[in-house]
Amino acid sequence: MSALRPDLAIIAANVAAGTRVLDIGCGDGVLMAALRDARQVDARGMELDPLGVAECVAKGLSVMQGDADTDLADYPDAAFDYAILSQTLQTTKRPDLVLDELLRVGRKAFVSFPNFGFWKVRGSLLWHGRMPMTRSLPVPWYATANIHNLTIADFRELVRLKGIRLEGEWFLSGDHQIGAAVANWRAEHAVFMLSR
Amino acid sequence: MLLVAQAAQMTAAELNLVNDTLVLPAPLPLDGGQSLPRVEVAFETIGTLNPEKSNAILLFHALTMDQHVVSTHPRTGKPGWWSKSVGPGKVIDTDRFFVICANVLGGCMGSTGPASLHEDGKPWAMRFPVITIRDMVRAQVALLDVFGIDQVHAVIGGSMGGMQALSFAANWPERTRAVLVIASTARHSAQNIAFHEVGRQAIMADPKWKGGDYHGAGKGPENGLAVARMAAHITYLSEAGLTEKFGRRLQNRDAKTFGFDADFQVESYLRHQGLSFTDRFDANSYLYITRAMDYFDLAEEHGGKLAEAFAGSAARFCLISFDTDWLYPTAESRVIAHALNAAGAPVSFVELSAPFGHDSFLLDVPAQDRVIAGFLNQ
Repeated sequence: MSALRPDLAIIAANVAAGTRVLDIGCGDGVLMAALRDARQVDARGMELDPLGVAECVAKGLSVMQGDADTDLADYPDAAFDYAILSQTLQTTKRPDLVLDELLRVGRKAFVSFPNFGFWKVRGSLLWHGRMPMTRSLPVPWYATANIHNLTIADFRELVRLKGIRLEGEWFLSGDHQIGAAVANWRAEHAVFMLSR
Repeated sequence: MLLVAQAAQMTAAELNLVNDTLVLPAPLPLDGGQSLPRVEVAFETIGTLNPEKSNAILLFHALTMDQHVVSTHPRTGKPGWWSKSVGPGKVIDTDRFFVICANVLGGCMGSTGPASLHEDGKPWAMRFPVITIRDMVRAQVALLDVFGIDQVHAVIGGSMGGMQALSFAANWPERTRAVLVIASTARHSAQNIAFHEVGRQAIMADPKWKGGDYHGAGKGPENGLAVARMAAHITYLSEAGLTEKFGRRLQNRDAKTFGFDADFQVESYLRHQGLSFTDRFDANSYLYITRAMDYFDLAEEHGGKLAEAFAGSAARFCLISFDTDWLYPTAESRVIAHALNAAGAPVSFVELSAPFGHDSFLLDVPAQDRVIAGFLNQ
């Protein structure tokens, strides 16, 4: 699993073997394939881009073309042990409702996102007065799919308001995992495991 | 281009191509309660069945197609309807798979249908029992029995072929490992039935139809059948596709004629489609097959719940729809995908973008090739 993006590697390392997983925004299916091959996970996916779905089918994965904002409603309650939403929450129309859906279809959920509280992001706004373009936010403001950028502190607040339990948290600076201390300043990416 | 030329010249021997007809060993029970004796099934096979009999793919054809998947059509002289995708090294690779396609029950290319002879020596015509999609599939399952094939690698079908693939998965779930359904639906909608009824009424309004007893009486209801085909053909194309292909361009003339000739190219095209169809299709077959499609409602057969239809299936499923298909639009494939999800079946679904409407599944859509090959090669 060494080839996995660091946030995906963290998720993959924390999914129990032999479970049922729904990967929402699964892209070309690299995480699902890793979970299937290394952990005998029954992985299903959802992806908006038809080419991504085609890639997944070519890997032998079961993937539905669909939209996290609308199509999770079609899955029954607790159909999965884990629902995974990696680098997608900030692109949804209603992240709060998507979070509810994640924890309805999955008993647990993994959510990863780029942290808008990262010091370089803050610096860009503070010193240059410009929307940030960083390694984890590489697309200019007018073309980015990220319509609901958030910080780690924002996420913690939303989770608290919803009464969701934090089961685990991991923070990344570049490809390296860092401690939780002042993570909202120091972390480029965050990964959370949640449950109701 | 070289590859295309080679494919065109590929001989029957190189394709391991067989065209044959057999008589089913037992009478075929029908959903309508009757039983058909001496049912003939005309079929084409491409490739070689392995000794374990585990590499078969059963391909179901659409409404107006037939068993000539790769072979030159005996009446039109045109290449088989899916010769683009089926063959050695192609998307459905006959170096690996043994592909079987049978003319459907009720058809007119060699399988028993309304033009076949009844025991009294006269054509069945309208005495032929009304059949269903499941009846068509039952005849093809009987064909698999004759081949001694217990389980196929996959069943594949587009449009009406997709309905057969779904019916196969629901009613004979243990007999396939994978199900690929393209541009299809689990039930005919009111709009689908409405278009078919226009076609049937066009046929039956033709005085040469004679209550269906036109066989052997010279010309049949060709005008009616042509109109039926014209109406149906519109539903297979997209508005954008028609606009791009024809627009409002005139046919071989500089000005409108202020008459009812085929002034517009699109009129000329449709008339040609209608007329050429009558050279290769039987009007009564058209009535019976469209009726079978209209009767199709897979959920209804399973207590009204589509998920129940797939409860016994361990197969993998893949559904493909096209964004410009308004005959069986994406929403219909989503209904099937959700039912399969609810049944816990491994299912993939993708809507592909293609400009050609419902007929996209027969045309050149590279993304479709990728999905099909990826799905089959598991």
